[in-house]
Amino acid sequence: MSAPVDVGTELPPLTIEATPTFVVSTALATRDFQDVHHDRDSAVARGSKDIFVNILTDTGLVQRFVTGWAGPEALVRSIKIRLGVPLYAYDTLTLSGRVIEKTGADVVVEVTGTDGLGAHVTGTVELTLPGGIS
Amino acid sequence: MKIQEAAEKIAAQGESAPRLARDPVNQAMVNNWVEAIGDTNPVYTDAEFARASVHGGLVAPPAMAQVWTMNGLHGSRADDDPLAAMMAHLDAEGFTSVVATNSEQTYHRYLRPGDHVSATTKLEGVAGPKKTALGEGWFVTTRTTWYVGEEPVSDMVFRVLKFRPPAAEPPSLQVLRPVISKDTEFFWAGTRVGELRIQRWGETLRHPPGPMPPDGDLDLVPDYVVASGRGRVYSYVVHHHPPVPGKELPFVVALVELEEGVRVLGELLGVDPETVRIGQSVEVAFLRVDEELTLPAWRAVS
Repeated sequence: MSAPVDVGTELPPLTIEATPTFVVSTALATRDFQDVHHDRDSAVARGSKDIFVNILTDTGLVQRFVTGWAGPEALVRSIKIRLGVPLYAYDTLTLSGRVIEKTGADVVVEVTGTDGLGAHVTGTVELTLPGGIS
Repeated sequence: MKIQEAAEKIAAQGESAPRLARDPVNQAMVNNWVEAIGDTNPVYTDAEFARASVHGGLVAPPAMAQVWTMNGLHGSRADDDPLAAMMAHLDAEGFTSVVATNSEQTYHRYLRPGDHVSATTKLEGVAGPKKTALGEGWFVTTRTTWYVGEEPVSDMVFRVLKFRPPAAEPPSLQVLRPVISKDTEFFWAGTRVGELRIQRWGETLRHPPGPMPPDGDLDLVPDYVVASGRGRVYSYVVHHHPPVPGKELPFVVALVELEEGVRVLGELLGVDPETVRIGQSVEVAFLRVDEELTLPAWRAVS
């Protein structure tokens, strides 16, 4: 990130392919063993179309998206997300974001993740930008 | 209200006893997590980079806060876990499915390898019943605080929707569909708009409709009349077997002689098969299956 950051600055979008492998490996890496995240038969029996990404992964993806833009030494203060439609296996998630508040190096980024069904995740991230950038 | 009362009782118990994570913060679990999530930030994995960074050494991704204290594959919830207690009440009331809706995590500091976190949780409240896209349900909100020793390191407001999955589509929507031909499409177009249309060749009514008049006159072109819909049971059967898609057994199929003189088949709805009599008065009813198909049927009139 080299351009100056202001309220209204847009983050470069990030696209995530939610392959079954992605859904399963992230569920297990977040130690979430609910069957709807790794067993399609169980997910379908419970009324879902397929296995779907768990909420701990959404928090992780939002963190990756925002620090990928802000730089490795940005300090994440909070991640607040709200889930909408599920992110099923074989769908694609596109994360977009925009700076909505800025006080010195402290910024609030508004994030929206959209998949084939609509808005999957919306939320805000509070972070402190790395030294030297403001 | 039972659910609210249970919630107040559980909320009044306050924070659960601290529950220690299975493992201290460790590089292996961090590596698994960043690999799966695809996060390449070197402050989590590259010791040299991390040492020169603002952190002065390796740190764990803040978004892993909840991961450290997950119950795991064979883990069970603590006896005093307020979320589990609230879930049990909602399960008992038929709200058996669950989906996470909100996670609001605040990080007071980054965790480092060796930090051994513990978690306490309290119930903040329940709201409901609410109608949602998934079904009727209750929103259950908890607050979890993570500590290293006595020091709070992060906290989270977590909300789940505990809902009653809607019943499967009623079976009456799956029916055997008629074959609709050029000769019969006017009839099915009629049922869609609530008209019982009878084919007419000159002065002669014909049902079921066919490609030519009963007398075989090839010069005639048909039109139709809209029947009054009233008639009498001319004959009927009680169908016990075999099963028919979308129908509960037994059911009655009646051949009804209309006031206009022709006879039309249809299910006689809402009757005890034992009480059906030849000659009883009926009127037409229309069963909408979907946009394409509406079936004619009969109802008894007194």
